Order: sequence, then structure tokens, then C-alpha cells
Amino acid sequence: MSDDAVNPEAVRHVAELARVDLDDEEVEAFTGQFADILEYFETLDEVPEVEREAALTNVMRPDEERDSLDREKALRNAPETEDGYFKGPNVS
Amino acid sequence: MADNIFISDERIEGDGSADGPLTGRTVAVKDNISTKGVATTCGSAMLEEYVPPYDATVISRLKEAGATIVGKANMDEFGMGSTTETSAFGPTDNPAAPGHVPGGSSGGSAAAVAAGEADLALGSDTGGSIRCPAAFCGVVGIKPTYGLVSRYGLVAYGNSLEQIGPFGETVEDAAALLDVIAGPDERDATTRDAAPEGESYADAATGDVDGLTIGVPTELLEGADEDVVDTFWDAIADLEDQGAEYHEVSLPSVEHAVEAYYVIAMSEASSNLARFDGVRYGPETEGEGDAGSNWNETFSQVRKDGFGDEVKRRILLGTYALSAGYHDKYYKKAQDARAWVKQDFDEALSEADVLASPTMPVTPFEQGESLDDPLQMYLADANTVPVNLADLPAISVPAGESDTDGLPVGLQLVGPAFGEERLIRAASALE
Repeated sequence: MSDDAVNPEAVRHVAELARVDLDDEEVEAFTGQFADILEYFETLDEVPEVEREAALTNVMRPDEERDSLDREKALRNAPETEDGYFKGPNVS
Repeated sequence: MADNIFISDERIEGDGSADGPLTGRTVAVKDNISTKGVATTCGSAMLEEYVPPYDATVISRLKEAGATIVGKANMDEFGMGSTTETSAFGPTDNPAAPGHVPGGSSGGSAAAVAAGEADLALGSDTGGSIRCPAAFCGVVGIKPTYGLVSRYGLVAYGNSLEQIGPFGETVEDAAALLDVIAGPDERDATTRDAAPEGESYADAATGDVDGLTIGVPTELLEGADEDVVDTFWDAIADLEDQGAEYHEVSLPSVEHAVEAYYVIAMSEASSNLARFDGVRYGPETEGEGDAGSNWNETFSQVRKDGFGDEVKRRILLGTYALSAGYHDKYYKKAQDARAWVKQDFDEALSEADVLASPTMPVTPFEQGESLDDPLQMYLADANTVPVNLADLPAISVPAGESDTDGLPVGLQLVGPAFGEERLIRAASALE
């Protein structure tokens, strides 16, 4: 999906990377829109290189044991659980 | 609830035993701020059934202050939009301009205050999502300095850009809510201890602008509609009459702010929204546990069904901007632009106390007017996104109504980091 070639295959590829299934109409609509949007993003080429002085400081706290969310509450929103664990789809 | 202001209207009573600063006051809360035991949907089908097991820090502080939460307010899905039309729960009407959008993404919060459904409201602002709806609904909204308000419990969209902030009918009301929510939190390591210089933020609403210097960035007037610019200058003249002075300034970097903002926000969104896969929360997934399907297919299906178009668009573009071969071209350049914008603002604010512009370059869109062209929608954020890139505070205060269509126009004031009191003082002079 480079700037000069936003095509349906490229949109499908990115959707696969992002784990978002798209139907054909969505691929078609996004292909046109992404071409416009990425062309607009191209103007970032005009931005000069800028000295970035990041004044960052580490924020630390003592590593002390404390209560966390209990298991029952943590699992309450899961569509499927088993033996106190989240249950996900098959891996392979 | 004819205007579809709230996604849910369950009341959450504050600590009634104390005589808190917000005792007896009602607050609407944007539905991306976690409320223990009360659904928090982010305006998305993905989280329609999600009930947080804990309160966001700002909610704990509201309860301690004695406030009553009257409902979870409608919003663009995951905060992605400027109209509140991308909500999976339908659009919200604008109480100040029926038939028009309330702005977004915190449209329900602004509409709740404008309609008198709540005294105050909380929203979140990633690229203008408090200021835009404040301007469109004719109320006051404050986007605090990055790090003034804890983001713990705010469902993340663009976490290097966003802040929770208050809405009120008056500057003093909004400032009083800021007093309650501001302050350091050990659960958000980006918060800073930056107490107001005076007694409180609310105390700063004195309306005293004698000797105030206002910089007006010419770039932020160029793209604005004529009637909006006219209303803006009337408000500046009002401030001049009260002893303020203005001069024009130039911020060349802001010409690139919209594209830099969208590259950064979409990139962060693609990462932050990766967690929505239907395992820990989210809708029941089809084929879960079936021998025939694998996790990639299951996740892709749940994300197809759970996310709306604008969210998919931003996740895909963000994934693209961060992908091998394009990272330097988009993401790195956007970070350069962000640093440039910060430098420009620092320079302009060394010669002026505050910077002023129209909050939005347009008056509220008609319902349904703008959904088809995402790029046009992004460009409407030209005046608000630079502030998030620069991590600075800003306020939107009603400037009056457009001469041509009578619709609300907001004035935005931007100040130095942790300079909220100065903004509150100046904005209150327009009331």
C-alpha cells in the first residue's frame, strides 16, 4: 500500500496484520479513502528534521506487594472461562 | 432522553455523608471512563456488555466530592470522530442547534450540560474531543495539560495525547470540576503534582484580563469560515475593551499538525485497540473452541463484527503507518512535526500570555452531512489537534453566535503547560 499504489490487495494485507476481517464492499471503500488520506499524509515530507529534547524522568515506586483484582472479578466479563481461566480459541 | 444524550442513565450516588465540593451537583460521564459495576461501552458494540470491575481515578474523586453521576454519555466510538455520529448507539442531537451534530467525540457530555440534564460533565480530549463539542453546544470545556489529570480507568485510544477534562455551563463551574479531578495519581505515572498557585482553579474565574497579552496565530484563522472569524474578532474586541491587548503570531508548524496528529493517534490506536479480541471481554465469538477455526480467524471475525467503520479505518491506517518500511516515512516524521509544533507554541507563548483562535473553523454540521468523507472530517480538527501534540492546556468558551446562521461559535485559548488558571481567568472575561 505505498502512496502511489493503494490497491485492494494492500488493504487486505494490512487488515490481515491488524486481525480485522473485511468484506468486499469495505475493501473497496477503504481503498479509495486510504489513497486520499495517505496522499495527505505525504505532506509530512516537508517537515524539517527537528531537534527533539525529551526531558524524560523515570517515575519509580517501591516494589511492594499489594492486592490485585481478584480472579472472579477479572473473569466476569469474559464470554468463556474454564477452571478459573480465560478460554480463547484454538491456537493452530 | 429524546436527544440520545446518554447510553445508560443509571445513577451513581456520591458519598452523601460528607459535605463535599460537589454535593448536590449532577455530573454526566463520557462512556469511555470506567465506572465500577456500571456498563462502560465506549460507544462500541464491542463493549456493549462490558461492566468494569473498578472505578477510574476521576470517578473515585467525583464520589468523594459528593457528586451524583446521572448517566454515561454518548460518544463517537472509542473517541474516534468529531460528531458523535460514529457511536454504535446512534447519534446525539445538539440541544443548542437542533438538527445539527453536538460535535465529538464527547458529544453526549457537552449536550447533557447544554440541555440541563446535568450540571457538569466529564469528557476526554485526544485531538479536540472536549473543545469541539463545547464549541458546538455553546458550553465551556477544558482540555488540561497532559499529566494534570489521571488517565487511570480511561479506555485508551491515543494515550500520549489524551486527557480527561470538565464541561460546565460557566467557566467557574468547569474549573470547580477540574479542582476535584486534577492531581497526581500513583496509578498513572504520567501525572504531575501541579497544584494551582491560588486557592483553587475555580477561584481563578475572576474575569480580570487587564494587561493580558493575547497572541492570535494567523494560520488558525486562514481555514476558518468567514462568519466564525467575524464572531471570533468580536470576542477579541470584547477582551480588548476590558484591558487586554492582542498581536498576531505565526506558527508555521501547525500547517502539518493535522497529518502528524492523525498518524500518531492512528498508530497508538492500532496498538491500544489490539486488546479487543473477544477473550477477556467483548461479544461471544462464533466458532470458539471449534476444531475448524484458528485464533486469527476468530479474532478477525470478532473485530469485524465489534468495530464500526471509523475505528476499522484508524486501526488499519495505524497498522500501516507502523509497518516495516513505512515507519520512518510516517511515524518518525509525525514525531518530528510534533516536536516542531511544541517549539512553535513555546516560542509564541514566550511573547504572549495566551493564544486565541476559533475553537472550530466551522459551525456545527447538519446531522449526516459529513460521514462520507473522512478526510474532510479530519481537517475540521485543524485548530484543536496542535494543542494535544504540544501537551498544552486549552479552554473553549462560547464566543457568541454566527451572524449568518445563528449557530454557536467557540473561542479557544491556549496557555503554557500547567497554566490552567490563566486560561480560566481570561475565558471568564467573556461571560
